Amino acid sequence: MADKILAKDKLAEFIAALQKDKDVFAPKLDNDRLVWAPLEKADDIVWEFSNTEMSPKDFFFPQTECMMHFKNDPKAEDGMIMQAEPELAKERALLNIRPCDAKAFGVLDMIFCQDEMTNDVYWRDKREKTLLIGLACNDPCPTCFCTTVGCGPHNEAGLDVLLVDLGDKLLARPISDKGAKALSALPEAAADDAAKAAELKKAAEDSITQGVGTDKISGAEVLDLFNLPMWDRVHESCLNCGTCTFCCPTCHCFDIQDEVQGEAGRRVRNWDYCMSWLFTVHGTGHNPRHGKKERVRQRFMHKFKYIPLKRGGEIGCVGCGRCVQLCPVNIDVREVVNSMNA
Amino acid sequence: MKNPYVPYPVKITKALVETEDKQLKSFWLDFLNPADAKAFDYTPGQFAELSVSGFGEIPIGIASSPTEGDTLLFTVNKVGHVTKKLHNMAEGDVMGVRGPLGNSYPLKEMEGKNVVIVAGGFAVTTLRSTVTWMLHPDNRAKYGKIDFIYGARTPGLLLYEDQWREWQKRDDIDCHITIDREAPGWDGLVGFVPTICEQVAPKPDNAVALICGPPVMIRFTQPVFDKLGWQPEQIVMSLENRMKCGIGICGRCNVGPEYVCKDGPVFTKAQLDKLPAEY
Repeated sequence: MADKILAKDKLAEFIAALQKDKDVFAPKLDNDRLVWAPLEKADDIVWEFSNTEMSPKDFFFPQTECMMHFKNDPKAEDGMIMQAEPELAKERALLNIRPCDAKAFGVLDMIFCQDEMTNDVYWRDKREKTLLIGLACNDPCPTCFCTTVGCGPHNEAGLDVLLVDLGDKLLARPISDKGAKALSALPEAAADDAAKAAELKKAAEDSITQGVGTDKISGAEVLDLFNLPMWDRVHESCLNCGTCTFCCPTCHCFDIQDEVQGEAGRRVRNWDYCMSWLFTVHGTGHNPRHGKKERVRQRFMHKFKYIPLKRGGEIGCVGCGRCVQLCPVNIDVREVVNSMNA
Repeated sequence: MKNPYVPYPVKITKALVETEDKQLKSFWLDFLNPADAKAFDYTPGQFAELSVSGFGEIPIGIASSPTEGDTLLFTVNKVGHVTKKLHNMAEGDVMGVRGPLGNSYPLKEMEGKNVVIVAGGFAVTTLRSTVTWMLHPDNRAKYGKIDFIYGARTPGLLLYEDQWREWQKRDDIDCHITIDREAPGWDGLVGFVPTICEQVAPKPDNAVALICGPPVMIRFTQPVFDKLGWQPEQIVMSLENRMKCGIGICGRCNVGPEYVCKDGPVFTKAQLDKLPAEY
């Protein structure tokens, strides 16, 4: 599929076409925070940014999501019987999603939809009905380390379209059939546009100098990594606050709870986090991950050993650097992983 | 597309307090829709999420055997929010069942071998399913000698008495039912499960052991089997961990890379030896 060109002064047209059958969202400045919000007009688009503070995983895996409902009346004909919530009514497009976030959803696809039984219909429905139009990073920030975890500032995996900002125009590269369809009305790119995009890609990749090594982790036995003495130190400063898990695009742990108000009952899922003592405690009070050390270790082992073991080598981290930026006690995932890999 | 989170509606057709401490109650559940009974195609060793609308779900091993028909049996320990509510529910009440979930005991691999079953306390549930399945006329010939070693603290804490009394009358299974200390009226074995295992001294040749019980029982039973020459590959155990989704996503029941809900709950000792003991 040939690269296309989208002139920035033609954006209004392009977005209007998307809005015909889709709700369109894009990163937007809310005071000084960059957040995902409905896009009203092309002028609102932000072109210079590193990334949104929170990952857009909320679009597919909402922080709180009603999964099913029931009539809270044991005497009613259909009382107490769970009914699934309806599917997403309208398609969506996420414009200017960063390649790392799109890659993360590709990793999560492997976890939410594994086989006939492990087929998370809530996740799948929203994924299938959402077009991902990525914006390549031309200027990665100092906490980015995507190139060292199988991703990159111009990475295409998980996207339908990759946009590369060339100044007054965008190179629009169709990745999927869905993406090609969205770009069908646009003119083809000239050879020097593609060459310019390739230059920007190389420069962006070269600007990422810090990262992680995972070569020894992938060859090591689970128990050898699990029993490393480094875990005795890493957890000491951790507050178990869970900030890293909530901002992370690949963290996907959840809790399921029932809520009742009068006759209206529902079963919801909420983001949960492995840093919480309650997360693993048994009914008897026994807790297999009883201490901070066990819980901190779980988070890193899960992303860098367990997920790769189970998902054909795919790492459960895309190097977005959010956890490095937001950790209140400055735990740096790069340092932790490099110690695991030592 | 099947939604794996929506439970099948079922009705409690019988409920029975099983033990003298009233902690354990059995529930017999029948599907409201016959098609759901067909879809719920399970194997001994699997579990299900029992759903009580407004309270939540709990993962419980299936104690019935598919050879017994469509009615499901679950025995539930009263410990938390959902189980307390469940213990107060009555015959006729509607609830939900989601599953079957997890792997099962390796019934196929066990064919042609002697089988030793060791159960302590209420961990006997999925082993009741297994024994019932193996003793069924369609299956009994596939297995060699069957030993069933089962213990509880007191006679009143033993589950499924009618069942194992029936098994005691048969000549194709050796039952070794024990209680921890002498009790009035008890005519069976007395002694902890590991001690009884030592006396029964099952031979490891061409055999498989399914061992399920509280951690303290496992800890003292393991050395007995080691001394008798059993290898880790021959010892099969079933794990429990806190669960929510039951299908390998929500992230809490894992033991290293393995999800107890999806990759387990049944593991061999050889598998567990290579994993962190986070259970």
